[in-house]
Amino acid sequence: MKSYRHIGSKTSRPDGADKAAGKAIYIHDLTRPGMLFGKIKFSEFPHACIKNIDTSKAERMPGVKAVITAYNTPEIRIGFLRDNFALKKDKVRQYRDEVAAVAAIDPEIAEEAVSHIKVEYEPLPGVFSPEEAMKEGAPLIHDVDPQGRKRSDNALSLRFHHESGDLESGKQTAKFIVQGQYSTPLVQQSCMGTSGCIAEFDMNNNLTLWAKTQIPFLAQRDFNRALGDMGLRGKNTRIIIPAIGGAFGTGLDTHAYEYIAILLAFQTGHPVKILYTRDEEFAYLSPRQSSQTQIIQGCDPEGRLTFRSVEVLQDNGAYTSWGATYPSVMMLPATSLYRVPNVYFDAKLVYTNNTYCQAMRGYGNPEHCWALESNMDELAEQAGIDPYEFRLINSNKPNETTPMGLKISTCGLEESLKSVANTLDWAIKRGKGKQRGVGMASLIHVGGGGRIYRSDASGLILKLDDFGNVNVYHGGVEMGQGLHSVLTLAVAESLGVRPDKVFINPTDTGTCPWDVGTHASRGSFMAGNTAILAAKKLRSQIFRLAEDVFPEEVHKNLKKHIKEHPDYKPPEFDVEAAATQDRFELKDGFIFLKDAPDEPWLRLELGRYLRAIHFRDQGQMLTAEVFYDPPNELPDFEKGIGNISSTYVFGTQGVEVEVDMETGEIKILRMAAAHDVGKVLDPEGLRGQIYGALAQGIGYALYEELRTEKGHIQNTNFRDYKIPTIQELDFPIDLEFIETNDSFGPFGAKGAAEPGLVPTAPAIANAIYDAVGIRIRDLPITPEKVLSALKNLNKQTEKRRTAK
Amino acid sequence: MRRTISFFLNGSEVNVTLKDHMRLIDCLRETLNLTGTKEGCGEGECGACTVLVDGQAVNSCLYPAPEAEGKNVLTIEGLQGSENRLSFIQKAFVELGAIQCGFCTPGMILATKALLDSNPDPSDQDIRAALQGNLCRCTGYVQIVEAVKQAAENMRGPE
Ligand code: FES
Ligand code: FES
Repeated sequence: MKSYRHIGSKTSRPDGADKAAGKAIYIHDLTRPGMLFGKIKFSEFPHACIKNIDTSKAERMPGVKAVITAYNTPEIRIGFLRDNFALKKDKVRQYRDEVAAVAAIDPEIAEEAVSHIKVEYEPLPGVFSPEEAMKEGAPLIHDVDPQGRKRSDNALSLRFHHESGDLESGKQTAKFIVQGQYSTPLVQQSCMGTSGCIAEFDMNNNLTLWAKTQIPFLAQRDFNRALGDMGLRGKNTRIIIPAIGGAFGTGLDTHAYEYIAILLAFQTGHPVKILYTRDEEFAYLSPRQSSQTQIIQGCDPEGRLTFRSVEVLQDNGAYTSWGATYPSVMMLPATSLYRVPNVYFDAKLVYTNNTYCQAMRGYGNPEHCWALESNMDELAEQAGIDPYEFRLINSNKPNETTPMGLKISTCGLEESLKSVANTLDWAIKRGKGKQRGVGMASLIHVGGGGRIYRSDASGLILKLDDFGNVNVYHGGVEMGQGLHSVLTLAVAESLGVRPDKVFINPTDTGTCPWDVGTHASRGSFMAGNTAILAAKKLRSQIFRLAEDVFPEEVHKNLKKHIKEHPDYKPPEFDVEAAATQDRFELKDGFIFLKDAPDEPWLRLELGRYLRAIHFRDQGQMLTAEVFYDPPNELPDFEKGIGNISSTYVFGTQGVEVEVDMETGEIKILRMAAAHDVGKVLDPEGLRGQIYGALAQGIGYALYEELRTEKGHIQNTNFRDYKIPTIQELDFPIDLEFIETNDSFGPFGAKGAAEPGLVPTAPAIANAIYDAVGIRIRDLPITPEKVLSALKNLNKQTEKRRTAK
Repeated sequence: MRRTISFFLNGSEVNVTLKDHMRLIDCLRETLNLTGTKEGCGEGECGACTVLVDGQAVNSCLYPAPEAEGKNVLTIEGLQGSENRLSFIQKAFVELGAIQCGFCTPGMILATKALLDSNPDPSDQDIRAALQGNLCRCTGYVQIVEAVKQAAENMRGPE
């Protein structure tokens, strides 16, 4: 196997020391001269007509510089389907609708001013579940679509559908068939750093926005369009990304608060900052969508899957974000996790007066994996096969094409299943009762980019300076996940310099090349591949020019060397003849000849070489730029066909639990996670990605849920919305990384940021079933649900016996 | 009402004039421009704002600034040594990958310092008890526990 100097070795992340010293600058810490503070007035009804907005008192307050509403600003349409507005006119459709905003000289004045804005509403009947919303005669959330056509129902026009093989024949060949209905709740991304931005116009009316975004370039496009709506057609937005306190999908859309900051900045001529409080973050930021999934699957007597039919119903909330395209990812496991020949998949999205939703880590995959992997266990039981064996029988294999057209290159699913079974002592622990049990679940996810937009590309620029430093410009976003560690290692490795000579510049649309966004676990994959390509370009430039300067410079070296070591006898070596571009090597920041790698005077430090080519006649500075669009396809989502990623990640997670029969509490005793990551690039960073995702999976499984009451979110703080604390992570976690060395991946690596979250919840549910025989189908698995299921246990056992 | 208070901040005496109800976190971040202390919730629920007052970890978002009068306040800015060197706790956090987005990190590190100052050889349980008020959404805490142990070891052993 190939050996590497930096890839795969323990290193510290480049931003680690600053973060440890409290020196990293987040949006919370940034100020601009003359900066004002913006605050938003949100709707007090889930569905109502706006009759009047009285801003007079707020306007009169000293320190208030602007009060805006949809009635005194240009209309700005926003969102994936452009069905949302920066500020709402005539009607509100959810509790968090933005109806007015204030800019003031300090946050307290802004807050007080907002409290003085009085809005008169005429309440309308609301709908708070997709079922209600789909009923005949249900109140319409949107009377017209963004094109102005009259709407007749609340269903979205987005379609996600797949049919392959012959479902009927699949049903006929099935000996065992199991059906189940599974649901997942609204959950909040809960980034420790809340959302915020600063908007500032220069005197040419170009905009700079310091933003918490994962999609700087798509955001630039969105904001430039908004500038057009504001009468500033042709003006530009520059987006600069400060340190980000976690994102987890919250940065995949542009948000109303950002447009409001822009409107306020334009109106006042001052920079304006809007920063959400924790309460606002919970109440007014889009969470992960809730979902309901109906699955029917069957297998033959040997346990081979013969068909799978999946129907998804998604509560879209009042508006549409990119998150509405979750089913584009749900399709992956539905069609392609385990070998299944005949598949039906359909997803419906419906408007309601609930909060609208957006992306969160896993993007539909955790929702779907919850249903699918719970149902796999149910089917295995029906077929009388151990669920681990059942998964092995149906495991995906390398070099296969799935019903969706996913071209699986490498596949470590079998190894990951075996690894988890082994770590958990599956054969010994399974089915032993005593309130203890083991369970597992697997996943497939995109691991080589994820094309959900017409370009899935990333660019990278490497700029060398006079000192042998490598300045890197890349449009991907570091939000904590460790992108910059991987980028540093990949540049150092492929160029041949030490990591401490690599400097990653802040992500800035003004300086960095285009990138579609940091999502779909694509950061490391894209950064790695672009780094390799750019380094290759740069090396060939370096080696070509070395033919001119290397001999002269090393002769100087030799003179100096002889002066210092008078006895030194240089070897017979014709430097001029040897110095051809194909004979050079660059390693650890030194250029030398492959034929004489160890001769001390025949080595040229990169900085000195760069100065030599810079400060001569017709001098030159070296940069290299690449733009890489990975080999994958934009699927036809209405047909559900297309190789969305260049490679796919597989993995399995297993868990041993103990159920407290008195309290209904679930205690996790140990977890095992085995992931096919292709190749480990940054070991500490990778561990952190899996542990962190796994912890989020535990929250998802056991307690996280945004509770709503007629569209009103009830738990808007960490007291009432519990995320895992250090006390909950008190069990051993065994990680195994399976290195399948994928040919598409940089150094063989695949993406790894989301997978740890995906199968955690079903693995826990499956373990609970093994422990005490109850099957919870709606997340989270709270003690109350466990207790009530335990109560019904006898009844259920009886039912199962008759069903058999 | 405004008043002037004086306290020791990271070893040096400071005098600040502030509003009566000002929170310590605002005094640090806004009045004194020390933005290393983070606000994650403002309600005492996340620990991102942890600082040490007379050696005790407190949530500076709940702590009234006037109560710091005459006390010793340590923030993350006071932890690093001369010539820009990280303390051993900070170093352990960096080396073990206990930092991702870093928003919880200053608070985590100060809570760790309070722990290690009173208990140089903490068990896993001690570590969990000391850090249970510090939320981290990124790391899953595993490497944080490892870093605290490593820091404890470095602190006990010869530096
Ligand atoms: S900001 Fe003080 S505890 Fe969260
Ligand atoms: S590192 Fe992001 S919250 Fe802890």
